[in-house]
Amino acid sequence: MKVDMSTVTKIKKGLNINLIGEAEKVIKELKCDHFAIKPTDFIGVFPRILIKEGDVVKAGTPLFIDKNRDNIVFTSPVSGKIKEIKRGAKRLLLEIKIDADGKDEYIDFKAENPKLLSREQVIEKLRVSGVWPFIRQRPYSVIADPLAMPKSIFVSTFDTAPLAPDNDLVVHGNGDDFQTGLDVLAMLTTGKVHLNIEADITHSKVFTNSKNVQINQFSGPHPTGNVGVQINKIDPINKGEVVWYCYPQDVLTIGRLFRRGVYDASRVIAVCGSEVLSPAYFRTKTGAAVELLIKENVTQVNKRYISGNVLTGTQVSLDGYLGFYHNQMTVIPEGDYFEFLGWGLPGLNKFSMSRSFPAFLFKNRKYRLDTNYHGGERALVMTGQFEKVFPFDIYPMQLLKAIMVEDIDLMENLGIYEVDEEDFALCEVVDTSKTNIQEIVRKGLDLMRKEMS
Amino acid sequence: MKFLRDFLDKQKPHFVKGGRFEKLHSTFDAFETFLFVPNRVTHTGAHIRDAIDMKRTMIIVVVALLPALIFGIWNVGYQHYISHGMAYDFWPMFGYGLLKVVPIIIVSYVVGLAIEFAFAQSRHHEVNEGFLVSGMLIPLVMPPDVPLWMVAISTAFAVIIGKEVFGGTGMNILNPALTARAFLFFAYPSEMSGDLIWISEKADAYSGATPLGHLLVGEVSKLPSEWAMFLGNIPGSIGETSTLAILIGAVVLIATGIGSARIMLSVVAGGLAMGLLFNLWGINDYMNIPAHYHLIMGGFAFGTVFMATDPVSAAQTTRGKYIYGFLIGMIAVLIRVFNPAYPEGMMLSILLMNVFAPLIDHYVVQSNIKKRLKRARALVKA
Repeated sequence: MKVDMSTVTKIKKGLNINLIGEAEKVIKELKCDHFAIKPTDFIGVFPRILIKEGDVVKAGTPLFIDKNRDNIVFTSPVSGKIKEIKRGAKRLLLEIKIDADGKDEYIDFKAENPKLLSREQVIEKLRVSGVWPFIRQRPYSVIADPLAMPKSIFVSTFDTAPLAPDNDLVVHGNGDDFQTGLDVLAMLTTGKVHLNIEADITHSKVFTNSKNVQINQFSGPHPTGNVGVQINKIDPINKGEVVWYCYPQDVLTIGRLFRRGVYDASRVIAVCGSEVLSPAYFRTKTGAAVELLIKENVTQVNKRYISGNVLTGTQVSLDGYLGFYHNQMTVIPEGDYFEFLGWGLPGLNKFSMSRSFPAFLFKNRKYRLDTNYHGGERALVMTGQFEKVFPFDIYPMQLLKAIMVEDIDLMENLGIYEVDEEDFALCEVVDTSKTNIQEIVRKGLDLMRKEMS
Repeated sequence: MKFLRDFLDKQKPHFVKGGRFEKLHSTFDAFETFLFVPNRVTHTGAHIRDAIDMKRTMIIVVVALLPALIFGIWNVGYQHYISHGMAYDFWPMFGYGLLKVVPIIIVSYVVGLAIEFAFAQSRHHEVNEGFLVSGMLIPLVMPPDVPLWMVAISTAFAVIIGKEVFGGTGMNILNPALTARAFLFFAYPSEMSGDLIWISEKADAYSGATPLGHLLVGEVSKLPSEWAMFLGNIPGSIGETSTLAILIGAVVLIATGIGSARIMLSVVAGGLAMGLLFNLWGINDYMNIPAHYHLIMGGFAFGTVFMATDPVSAAQTTRGKYIYGFLIGMIAVLIRVFNPAYPEGMMLSILLMNVFAPLIDHYVVQSNIKKRLKRARALVKA
């Protein structure tokens, strides 16, 4: 399908937060021999473990399945030995740690042309290989149901979050894998596969020359790159409808499964943030150890390690592991300091969307931001703030309050099926009352999912 | 500031659970966070947060109130000396005003904050900053000669009945400062109306009527000049007379984005629209005064900039704000012209629309809901 260059969906609302520490556009090979899969990365999944410590696995060996939906299988990203099955409070399964043996042995799922297979055969292959969890659905942002039929599938090729990886660079030279991945996705829906690119910024031919998909152009500040925003503008979700989505590196993994017959969990990770000495891209595999990604490449201050970006990522410790869905590792300073009269001083160097600080005069300034809340938690007093960074035809404050009082009907009426916690991340950042909004939205989504099942 | 930090860190254990002054935890916390932005770090959701907080927001509103306050203090002195036929320099007038106004401010803050602290303590909440603004708004809408005990009672009423019974800052339906003013107006009508109260210790022979007072009795010819009403060297409540000083505050609020420009503009539009409508009708003198007079008389400007924009009691949706503001302006002028019992319509108009704001939002949100349902239904048909 041709790119329709005339129609660009322009999004005005939103906010780009410019941070120091963007990854230099080179991909370095990273030798890494510690990996882990974290069941907590998968929303709503209760793992039933299939292996034990000391077992030898190949890339593609099943590690656990979901107790609630036992047709969803999670497999090892590398070949090696199960080092530890780490549990937390109430025996919650935290990490399945794997020591890679460096031999890169794969379970053979057979290389096949997806166009010669049926939809059922395609799904089966994705499922048994453990690639299926890369395909998620809206509403709820959970792993897609292999038995369901989505009305369309969305792939966002650009990420507008702070310090996000440049997908043009990431997919460079992988055009065949990417196209095969898209062909697979096209078989999964009776509707369209929407490949969304950023107008004037996405240049990679891998994206712009894609076939078998509809290419849509977007422009605007974050959260324009979020699939939630793109779905809302192109094919909004009504009650009872399901849209699937995944991201470029997931499409590559799917493509490699069909072209080479293996679960090749290779990923390019942007290691970035103000506390990284030389931020760059590293080629490794899903679930790589944080310590090996970071090495001595960081400053000496007290730091926050984030798997993902600063808006939606997960805090990890230095001995932790990268999240399953994350293509980015951000390191910023911790903010555990007291600031004398901090609310009253002019705050020349502070970041704020509000014009009560001079920040608005310096639109292109890059910031070194820390994890301090910059104030106490208060009742929701200010209005009109969220609307500036929330490009949905939805009333964010009203939806949030409906979630807080657990009014199911109102949540549904106000459009909860169309949003995810990540879509509220900027609201949370700019909120004067310092409410943990993403946590509330997640609770609302979980509640809806429970009510609707 | 290290010694201050060290001192607080040393005292802190006494105020946490199990400490000697456990019951004063909220109070300690209020002072500590006033001096130092806390070292609390994010643990869920976004790892970085905007530098703005409630303290900064509220302090900017207080700053925006300063021009009206300073002018008001001077004007209290000026009106007093003028009524006695004396003319002095700036400082004696300002000094006289200070002696009158500062005690009112102190009473308002002490009474209000004491109640706020007590409620925060009993609820184990942090003390909210909302009263930093309310405590300044209350003196500014008082007549200069108001007895201090009345300030105390009305402040207490506003904080307890107007705010805390609904759950505290952010939960109240009515604007607390206007609740205090309304309480005074209805509880002590004889002390709160007429021509005596608008000038502090007025000379008996001097007419102390406000512009609205003149109009109420049909004395259009006695209105001060347009210019005087704009600058504000006329009798009236302490902070409300100078449209100019209030406009400076409006610029601060709009420039920082703290006050809603949408509400301010639509209140003005509503007031002008109603004034013009009356001009067309024109069956009495009050109806025939130029429409823009309504903007510079009485509490219209002050209410527009500082009261109608209170985010908690105003409409919360963008479209709702326009409707809410426009209706405030219209109804304020309507009450002024039509209801002889209440010379100042602004206070009642804002309180009335405070009550209707949730309803306005309800209908705005309903239209969004209907649109979504329609989209879903179109799908079923297709």
